[in-house]
Amino acid sequence: MINEQDLEKVAVLARLSVSPEESQTYLKQMSAILDYFDQVSEVKTEGVDPLVTPTQIEEFWREDEVRETLEAEKALANAPEKVGHLFKVPPVV
Amino acid sequence: MSIVHQSLFELKELINKGEMTAVEVTETFLNRAQQLNPKVNAFISFNEKALEEAQRVDQRRQQGEDLGPLAGVPLAIKDLLCTEGLKTTAASKMLHNFIPPYSATVVERLQTAGAVVLGKANLDEFAMGSSNENSFFGPCKNPWSLEHVPGGSSGGSAAAVAASMAPASIGTDTGGSIRQPANFCGIVGVKPTYGRVSRYGIVAFASSLDQAGPMTKTVKDSALMLEVISGQDPHDSTTSSRRVPRWSEALSENLKGLKVGLPKEYFSDQISEDTRKAVENCIEIVKAQGAEVTEVSLPLVKYGIPIYYLIATSEASSNLARYDGVRFGHRSNFQEIPAKDLAEFYSRSRGEGFGSEVKRRIILGTYCLSSGYYDAYYKKASQVRRLLTEQFKKAFEACDVLLSPVTTHPAFRLGERVADPLQMYLNDIYTTATNLAGLPGMSVPAGFSQDGLPIGVQLSAAHFDEQTMFNVAYAIEQALNLTKRWPDVQQ
Repeated sequence: MINEQDLEKVAVLARLSVSPEESQTYLKQMSAILDYFDQVSEVKTEGVDPLVTPTQIEEFWREDEVRETLEAEKALANAPEKVGHLFKVPPVV
Repeated sequence: MSIVHQSLFELKELINKGEMTAVEVTETFLNRAQQLNPKVNAFISFNEKALEEAQRVDQRRQQGEDLGPLAGVPLAIKDLLCTEGLKTTAASKMLHNFIPPYSATVVERLQTAGAVVLGKANLDEFAMGSSNENSFFGPCKNPWSLEHVPGGSSGGSAAAVAASMAPASIGTDTGGSIRQPANFCGIVGVKPTYGRVSRYGIVAFASSLDQAGPMTKTVKDSALMLEVISGQDPHDSTTSSRRVPRWSEALSENLKGLKVGLPKEYFSDQISEDTRKAVENCIEIVKAQGAEVTEVSLPLVKYGIPIYYLIATSEASSNLARYDGVRFGHRSNFQEIPAKDLAEFYSRSRGEGFGSEVKRRIILGTYCLSSGYYDAYYKKASQVRRLLTEQFKKAFEACDVLLSPVTTHPAFRLGERVADPLQMYLNDIYTTATNLAGLPGMSVPAGFSQDGLPIGVQLSAAHFDEQTMFNVAYAIEQALNLTKRWPDVQQ
């Protein structure tokens, strides 16, 4: 069962600010959701390899050579703030 | 008849024969889409350069150049796919002003084939939702009844085609996000085999499940569009090097010798009477076309929703970590209230930029991956995923195609399920397993409810066997002849 401390801890891990009201709503909803999800524990999975990619992955080789990539101006075009070719952030310590 | 209700193939013919120019076709759809959009809200933005792009196609034709298979046809693109120079928002405040410096491979391939980008279609924020109600730009409506949802997350892509605002569109499907809205809006929607279509340049939600695919008026249109967007891409190492067949040229409604499986777990008593009748009618059609129908069992699909949501939210929590307010996307106003540390810098920007469903899923996913819970949730779900995939493989030894409902009911009303996320998740009960197993799947129109809402039927096939799936869909489409019925959105 997920409690308030768990939720707070997870919000910190996810770097996500959550208001006290949101937190109350999420707590209620997540309890119901996780309760429902718990049914997977019924399935016997001893020794079963977890499946990550559903179709077979082929080996993907390429030459290790210099190729064109995004120009600095383009890469910086969406920056909230920038100085020259750098992303600018406010002082945080 | 106005050209707006014509199929992609019909439009392509008109342009090819010189009966209409690409500019005329694009202008017709642009005008209609802009006129209807205040009602339907299928588009987040329109491409200001659409007519220029169409003009270039016309010029190339005049110069006798060999044009691609989609030359001059305007398309709606889900606003989850990057379009160079054209705003791509993922329907989120986080990316409300993001202008991509490059295009998704899917978009590039469509443009190389001559298609014109008409505009960017509405969706649930970051493709998280089943009703298109989670959009920062407001909900999209179902063209068949504006009080009903179009489905989600590719709601705008489905509604745009159903309302003939675009002849065809691109959606993405992580747990049903193409098939479910196609089903709710009475159009064809295809989720390809995992690995058929490049994910490069598509805003990532759950990378082991995401696939982009076509949403169209006819099966043949979908087959053609999928031919254009499929194939290996050096930018996405999960794409397959397999040859891409010409599905659209090999369509056949003769189903002799084919075995169609009905997964008994998908025919529960939760299904509405209208849906049951429509699906049963399709079973009769495939039998009449010579297919043998057999019952199959997939006992583990009953865990489809929990496995899917455990895996999808885990992957999402990781994929969405990139939105940090540093390099692009929303940044909180720190001039007014400075952040006391780096954690607050990230947390505040993310807390303001993401909507409530996205936050809920990030929290769920982070919880499932956190130490102490990883084994019981993420790892367990991935193990059951393997067992489920093996059950599908076995089922495809006994049959060639699976046929089932897409959802238990036709489209629900706006607002009906927003307060209860679990109820909303259960919407995807028949669609998520297809993604978990990486199979191709589609929804094809099967009829209408007594209230006049569309109902689709779901088909899926073994890995990379899209052709068999398309043939069954084609047989159903030809027998039902529903493609000439469209909603009157003007009313």
